[in-house]
Order: sequence, then structure tokens, then C-alpha cells
Amino acid sequence: MATIELRDLAHSYRADTDAADAFAVRDVNLTWVEGSAAALLGPSGCGKTTILNIISGLLRPTRGQVLIGGRDVTELAPRDRRIAQVFQFPVVYDTISVAANLAFPLKNAGVSRAERDARITEIAELLDLTGVLGVSAGKVSQADKQKVSLGRGIARKDTAAILLDEPLTVIDPKEKYVLRRKLRQVQRELNITMIYVTHDQHEALTFADSVTVLDRGRVVQVGSPADLHADPATPFIGYFIGSPGMNLLKCAFREGALDFGCFSKRLSDDTASQIGPHGPELNLGIRPEFVETSKEERAGWVCMEVRLVENMGTHKVLTLGVNGLTIKGRAPDDTSIAEGASVWVDFPEDRIKVFKGDEKIL
Amino acid sequence: MKNRAWLFLVPALVLVSLSAFIPLMAVVNYSLHVLVPGSIPKYVALENYAEVLGDPFFCGAVKRQFCFTFQVLLIEIPLGLLVALCLPSKGKGLTFCLVLLGIPLLIPWNVVGMVWRVFTRADLGVVPAMFARIGYDYRPVEHAVDAWWTTVVMDVWHWVPLVVLLCFAGLQTIPDAYYQAARIDGASPWATFRYVTLPRLRYVLIIAVLLRTMDSFNIYSEPYVLTGGGPGNTTNFMSIYTSSQAIGGFNMGYGAALSVVYMFLVVMLCYVLYTLMLNIGKGAEPA
Repeated sequence: MATIELRDLAHSYRADTDAADAFAVRDVNLTWVEGSAAALLGPSGCGKTTILNIISGLLRPTRGQVLIGGRDVTELAPRDRRIAQVFQFPVVYDTISVAANLAFPLKNAGVSRAERDARITEIAELLDLTGVLGVSAGKVSQADKQKVSLGRGIARKDTAAILLDEPLTVIDPKEKYVLRRKLRQVQRELNITMIYVTHDQHEALTFADSVTVLDRGRVVQVGSPADLHADPATPFIGYFIGSPGMNLLKCAFREGALDFGCFSKRLSDDTASQIGPHGPELNLGIRPEFVETSKEERAGWVCMEVRLVENMGTHKVLTLGVNGLTIKGRAPDDTSIAEGASVWVDFPEDRIKVFKGDEKIL
Repeated sequence: MKNRAWLFLVPALVLVSLSAFIPLMAVVNYSLHVLVPGSIPKYVALENYAEVLGDPFFCGAVKRQFCFTFQVLLIEIPLGLLVALCLPSKGKGLTFCLVLLGIPLLIPWNVVGMVWRVFTRADLGVVPAMFARIGYDYRPVEHAVDAWWTTVVMDVWHWVPLVVLLCFAGLQTIPDAYYQAARIDGASPWATFRYVTLPRLRYVLIIAVLLRTMDSFNIYSEPYVLTGGGPGNTTNFMSIYTSSQAIGGFNMGYGAALSVVYMFLVVMLCYVLYTLMLNIGKGAEPA
């Protein structure tokens, strides 16, 4: 087990690296300390899997270094890095038994038979595979296959980290939940670094203590799930995380207020002085759960039409609009707001975020 | 008939009966008669079959045929797989290799025979000339060993490309993740082949073995053109013997009985091979 560090990492799948979009990932500097449960989150094609393959050694980066436990392993073969990888669909050697699968990396590493058997028993117990040890790996359920491929990863005692590449994609919804908890349990019990790659924010936020958000090959923010939710570094993260995502509204700063065209919002002097120097062209971000609504008219609030009410079970999602501007709001389950009604809306000042381009200024 | 959809099967049924069922039944019917062109057919029940099973020439041809088939399978399947593994996985080199491999398959069978006949002719062939250099007197028309191995080599040359193409197509379907996992697990090249490649090629290999079994039983033009089944009976395979009886010997009834036995043997062999290969490696191996 060891700390994993990526330094100035860049990778291009093309030969000519001069083109602007030649790099699949670039300027990546990341550190995962020993025993962390981390996630790499980003939309499809943002470079998550590329980074994973570079860590495990399946890919050699165009530039930069990979350090495991302080040692530069950039030039090392996958087998010498002590990194395990679990793939999107379960990869098992399906003509041999589950036990033989778990023993496979140990056998390749020249571990003695007695030691192998002891280790297999241990791992099977941890992963609840004891009952199927003798079964051909091709014949167990998808979730069990995925456990087998995880098991192969942790079989070697010196495994430094486990990389999971969207490991729940092909698992039944019912088993997904169980398997995700199992992953977390294994991570805690072995205190092993796990890096979980996914485009599903829910999976990332429930699994990891630290989430790295990627967009178009770059790291945009590293933080705890709560940080990402409460304090997104860019409008992209605001929108990408949360369901529904953050409302982003174009606005201009004029005379101590944010002007949205059809209405404006007065700001306190303190806030205004922070925004003031950044010029007129801005974006306001506010999470739907922080949008306040009232059926009665209130001073300074803006009147909007309820265009759509979606019942999500535990809460309702309201689509509100005034002229060409649309926002989402969240209301408790028992709210009795009808579509077509008028409500008064406010954005509490302590909850708003203001962005200029990709940069957060409030 | 309740469901008119069955009517859609009619064209297929007509075609199948014309191309397979009716000729097959005709052959079965012939095999029950003494049928010599120019005379009245005489019904003899199973007499032809009794004669076939006691025919030393036929039994010799069957033994030879099995021997030949197993030899070519033993050479062609591993060789085909090996070549497929060595092919480049993409690019211009691949296109070139595939075209090159396709050539033997595109040439008509009798032309293949003729090409080899010229190759092996004592007076102007390249093969005897090459053997002469290393001091070996190569004479397939007179020497049984030469004729046998020449036929095997001809078949290998002709049909390995088919096995290569099948295996190559099969290899393309194996997801990269399996090889990546094997690399991470520290598997040796042999272990990767044994636990990833081979199991994933099982069905392709079954098809290759079955096709090669059936086709090698059909071998005709190669030995026919080379030596006509000789010297003696050394390359007298089942197809050559059958046609020599039916057409050469004008004994249609007997030839038909030979064909039916011949077909039965091929079907049985394929069934056995199919069942065996389907179950190989299915049982879990202990750790």
C-alpha cells in the first residue's frame, strides 16, 4: 500500500501533439494518500479511463510521471506496479473455477500452494464467495464475476491500489447496491486505496471520501462530496453534480444589483463590493434546493409562472419561468403547487454563487 | 392449417427438397438396387450394403481417409491458429496478408490440382528439382510415401488459409480488457493464451474443425490429379473409390450404397468431434 501521485501528466493518442485538441488528458497533478477511497468523476470521454490505464501501466503517458509510494513507476510494466484493475464488464477466466481465478495472480507471482490456498479462503470469506469457490467462473452471476475480478486484485498481499473502471455498469440494479457496499467494506477493512472511475455522480458521491472531477481532460476540482455540492469551483461542476443540477443564469452587475433582464436582485454592499471589480458579464448559480418560493407576494421577490411540477417521490421539482428565463426549484413532497399558478421566488444571498466564465468569484 | 404463416416456408421447403432431400432419397433408393446402365434395375434389399462392409478396398479407403483427416486436422488447426496470432492486427500489412491468404481459397479446386501436378512432375516440376538438390529422389507417381505427403501438403496449402481467417475473425472479437487483466495479473504469454485466447476461440475452433473434417472427407481433385489414387491404393480415398465404382465401374447401385455409408461416417465423426470439443475445458479446474 502506498501513496499514488501523478505529476504533470499528459497523454495524447495521436502522433502529432501540436493540435489544440490532441491531448486526451493534460496538466494532471493528483495525489491519493494511502488508504483513500477516491473517485474520478466526469462525463464520457473526459479522460477518466485514460488516467486509470496510465496508473495501472496499460498506457504509457506522453508526458509526466506516475509515482507509487514515492517511486517513479512510469516505465514499469503493469505486473510490477502492484496495481489491480476491475473493468467495466466482469473479466474472469471462465474455463477455470472461481478459486483458480483468485489464485491466478498468486500463481503467476510464484506464491506457494499452501499460501495460495490460505489466501483464497480469506478472500472468499471477505467477498462472500466461499459457496461458489469450486464453480466454474463462467457460470456465476455477473455480480459474483465482478467480485471475482476484484478478488484477483486483492489476492496479492502487496497490492498498492485497486482501480475500478465503472465496475457497476452491467450489474443488476438490485445487486448494484449490495456490490457497492461490498466495495466500500473491502476498502475499509483492508485500508487499501481504491480509485473509482464513473460518470455517475451518485456512485461517486456515495463511494468516495474524495472526488476528483474531470472535464475535457483536465482536473476541475478535487474535494469531498459535500464540498463539490456546496462550493463548486466552476459552473460545469455546479451543473454536473446534483439532481437537478445547479441553475445557471446569465446576468449583469449594475449599481449594486444583479440584472437578469426582466428582473433584478439587490445585493448587500459587502457582496456587491466583491463582485463589482469583475465587470458586467456574469453567471449566477443557485442550487434548486436553495431557491425559495412563496405563494404570497413578498417584497423584493420576483413573480414566476409554474411551468412544470415533477413528483420525485420524496420531493417535487418545479420548473419556473418568467419571460425567456427558466429555473428549477425543489419543494417538499406535500407542496400543493399547481402547474400554471404564480409563485414568488427569491435567491438567498448566502446561497448564490457567481461565476465569470469558468472562474468562481463568489 | 391454422396459421397461414407456414405458407412462407413453402419456397424454402421446395428448394431444400429439390437440392437435398429428393437426391438423397434417390441415392438411398439406388443403393437398394443393382443398377447398371442399359439393364433393368433389380431390387436387392440390403445386399449392396453387406457387400460394402465386406469390401476390403472400401475398408482400406476408410482407414486411409480417417488417417488423412486426422493428419490434416493436426497440422491445419494449430498452424492456422499460429498464423492468425502472428497476423498484424490492423493496417496495410493486414490487408496484404488477408489477400495473400485468400488466394488458395479463390482458385477452383481442379486448378489447384493442376498447379500441383505441374509442380510435382518429374520432368519439369519445381518440387522434384528441389528434392534432387538435397539428394532425395522425389517420385509421387511411383512412391507411396511421396504421394501421401504431397497430398497432405496440398491440402494444408489449400485449406490453412480458411482456418487462419476463421481464427483471425475470432481473435478480433476478444475484448482488450481480457488481455489487460492478464497483464495486470502478471500472466505469462503462455498462460494468457491458455486462459484467455483459447477458451474465447472455442466456438470458432469447433467450426474450423468441423469444416475441415467434412471437407477433408470430400478430398477428390488433389489425389485424382496427382496420381489418380495411386500408386497402388495409397491415395485412394473414399470419394475416389466411390466415384470409381459408380461412374468408372458403371455400378450405380453399389456406388450409391458406398455414398450412403460414406455420409453416415462423416456425420457420425462430426457429431463426435462437436460433442467432445463443446465439453473440453467446461469443467472447473482446481486451484
